[in-house]
Amino acid sequence: MRTALLRDTCIVVAVYLLAVSVSHAVIETYQFSNTELEQRYKSLSAELRCPKCQNQNIADSDAPIAQDLRKLLYKQLEGGASDEEILEYMVSRYGEFVRYKPRYSGPTMILWLMPGLLISGAVIILLVVLKGNKRKAQSISSEEQVQLDALFSPTDSSTKDTPSGENTP
Amino acid sequence: MSRLRLFIPLLMFVVLALFLMRGLQLDPREMPSALIDEPLPEFQLGQLGTDKIVQRGDVIGKVTLFNVWATWCVSCRMEHPYLQKLADEGVPIVGINYKDETFAAMKWLRDLGNPYRLNVEDLEGTLGLDMGVFGAPETYLVDAQGIIRYRHVGVINERIWSGLLSPLYQDLISKSGTP
Repeated sequence: MRTALLRDTCIVVAVYLLAVSVSHAVIETYQFSNTELEQRYKSLSAELRCPKCQNQNIADSDAPIAQDLRKLLYKQLEGGASDEEILEYMVSRYGEFVRYKPRYSGPTMILWLMPGLLISGAVIILLVVLKGNKRKAQSISSEEQVQLDALFSPTDSSTKDTPSGENTP
Repeated sequence: MSRLRLFIPLLMFVVLALFLMRGLQLDPREMPSALIDEPLPEFQLGQLGTDKIVQRGDVIGKVTLFNVWATWCVSCRMEHPYLQKLADEGVPIVGINYKDETFAAMKWLRDLGNPYRLNVEDLEGTLGLDMGVFGAPETYLVDAQGIIRYRHVGVINERIWSGLLSPLYQDLISKSGTP
């Protein structure tokens, strides 16, 4: 317990130390040979996730590993690598975790299919409930309907609602 | 029957709560390495404290721990005595001095002791990148054929070693046949 606390404290201190040391050189700028490369750099660095951070892409992160990956990305782009090759390179080292849009395969399938499944499930439940309500509404209209009509018709009600007549001596 | 249906929202809530409770217990920093059951990457880097070049072939052949460390890493200092203890017990440990300064790293080893068989000097973090390292300390368990079998992110201590790494280590040794 104490060691866990100590460890957490150390992590926090380490994070602050790292933050201080990198804050001097926050986001470096790269000179691209053409604007198309720059566009691809922007979209790829937004899609690649910083492995060290919980939920930041490498474009936003100050973590040293994110800096390294940006540098690598720049080199690969200038070296003429395709988007596919770059993503393949990153995934082979850091796993599908490193992509915000993971490939559609095996374990990542649940991520892609879940929204559709949830929505269709919700629609099915909605339809079932609505149908149930309708049937309930129709089920009244049998002999109950006759009683209902009887209640509402003025002539019947006058004969029925004459308890006062019985009271007359 | 219709009475029971009133409990559906409660049931859904319970299921959701169970998932969320499970989520609280998971450590989001714990990530399986993409390199499990893959060979240790090729490299050619300097050996810390010498002017020799180390290659992949120089460091495989035995079941070995590859420990990624650096002097800027606070947790590494906490981990160090335990690594020394393991080394004293005969566990081979190869150090990967990750994005560090040579002078500081050598001073560290002089002051705190050297549990490493040898230290690969990964100044630029290139080997670290190939191994999917994203911080320090990290420790890789590599078998006698040079295949990565396990990666532990964070400090190795008594609990991690005896509960997790030691069984794997012993298992790999009994498989390879050589101590």
